[in-house]
Amino acid sequence: MPKPEDFNLDHVANLARINLTAEEKTRFSSQLGDVLTYIAQLNEVNVDGVEPTAHAFPVVNVWADDVAEAGLPVEDALRNAPEKRDNMFVVPKVVE
Amino acid sequence: MTYETVIGLEVHVQLKTRSKMFTRVAAGYGHPENTLTDPVVLALPGTLPVMNKDALDKIIKAGLLLGCDIAPVCKWDRKNYFYPDSPKNYQISQYDQPICRGGSVEIELPGPARNVMGEHKRIALTRIHLEEDVGKLNHGEGASLVDFNRAGTPLMEIVSEPVIQSADEAFAYLTALKTIMIYGGISDCDMEKGQLRCDANISIRPVGQEALGTKVELKNLNSFSFVRDGIAHEIRRQTAVVESGGKIVQETRDYDGQTGTSQSLRSKEMAHDYRYFPDPDLMPVEVDSAWKESIRSGCPELPFDKQRRLLEQYQVPYTITSVLVPDGELSDYFEEAARLSGKPQAAGNWITNDLLRELGASKTPLSASKVRPAHVAGLVKLVEDGTILSNAAKEVFIDMFHSGEMPEAVLARKGLKAETNLEDLERWCAEAIAANSKSVADYKGGKESALNAFKGPVMRAAKGKADPKRVDETLRRLLAQ
Repeated sequence: MPKPEDFNLDHVANLARINLTAEEKTRFSSQLGDVLTYIAQLNEVNVDGVEPTAHAFPVVNVWADDVAEAGLPVEDALRNAPEKRDNMFVVPKVVE
Repeated sequence: MTYETVIGLEVHVQLKTRSKMFTRVAAGYGHPENTLTDPVVLALPGTLPVMNKDALDKIIKAGLLLGCDIAPVCKWDRKNYFYPDSPKNYQISQYDQPICRGGSVEIELPGPARNVMGEHKRIALTRIHLEEDVGKLNHGEGASLVDFNRAGTPLMEIVSEPVIQSADEAFAYLTALKTIMIYGGISDCDMEKGQLRCDANISIRPVGQEALGTKVELKNLNSFSFVRDGIAHEIRRQTAVVESGGKIVQETRDYDGQTGTSQSLRSKEMAHDYRYFPDPDLMPVEVDSAWKESIRSGCPELPFDKQRRLLEQYQVPYTITSVLVPDGELSDYFEEAARLSGKPQAAGNWITNDLLRELGASKTPLSASKVRPAHVAGLVKLVEDGTILSNAAKEVFIDMFHSGEMPEAVLARKGLKAETNLEDLERWCAEAIAANSKSVADYKGGKESALNAFKGPVMRAAKGKADPKRVDETLRRLLAQ
């Protein structure tokens, strides 16, 4: 199937912070193109008079009262961190 | 060529809620690192966000106070980006359906003098939406350290139209906005705690040109004066670039308030592509008129409306109102003292001079002040009826401030009662006049200084404990009879 014209794999890979080999690019380009083309079939459906929605059910205003509860102990919060220091998560140095 | 400035401000305001925007762990400032987290804040697998009802109430209140249209329906969107301050790799925000649209902020520009009210104008708003705050990055040796305490705190973004024309207007806008937020109990807006943050989009254009110039975004404006200084600096910088034949580059600049300089932040090679899409984990918000009206009924009088009312109702000078009004609690305090004493200006003077001085010196909040409006009113009355002289009244005030006793009690304890009561003073003045017919004739003949001839005997009779102003008034009144 032909892929949509505005599809740019390098851009998508860059946004996802991943590096792709030339072989991967060819393969993913084709696979993601197929997905997009498949989804593009929705463009054929007549949606006149249908309100856009992100949900199938007409449920609104799902909330909780503003009552503060105890959170995680700091040692639990950091349990999965690959690296920690001073009770904080260590990440590669970020400079804006 | 002359240029005009066009500024739009994006102000982020943290809402004063107990818990976070989409989960119930406590929100707060100054807690030990990573002690205000839970599985939702940390974006652990399988967690789901649940809206904070109070955050919705507060942003609706902000919208009503600023005259915005409240959307009958709004939704949540994911703003996707990778950055270590956001553990989900997206921020929940509102993209194309903000909860508030339009509205405006009334501002007051600096007047020609401190005691003269400045020009008022309205700064139009584009929108206000609700989102969640991100974590804080601490840049250390060879690594960055992440504290997620702030992550998920309800955060309101207030976007103005590009209609602000100067650094002073931007300052006035922030001041007015902050006062309204505090009045509404929506946020404390403490910039040092990051509760209010401001980015400015600034451009210049030749006067008369319709099209906007290229805008520069100024970041890290972390105090009200840095906002003013940073904008003034950027206007000068852009003007210099254009006047020397250069072109303004669209960029983000970082303003350093300490040095008063700005530098370009490394421009991103690619424009941001946040790929907003509706958050499937959150259902829309529907605001009906009953909800809106229940919030409207809890809205306070707006600060400038209050100022206009105080000026009108109490006939007090602008300088008193300009001190009282920014602090809603202080202006309520004043109104009670004015009512109890029946002398608004005298009460206002005690509050804006003596009370604020003592509160400031002892770092006491008004709510903890032992001097209550009844104390102020009591003191005003004692001065008014001549029971106490103004110097002694100052002493009584300081004593009350520390002891919390009513002025009459302080007076009795310290023996500060003026030895002159009004009847004595009246009699002494009458006697002095009766004893000096020559000076009476001189005074009535237009010799103003003849009045002084009566004052010596009166002060002697009062053993120096008479209020010179009152003696003067009494003598003039008796001589006019």
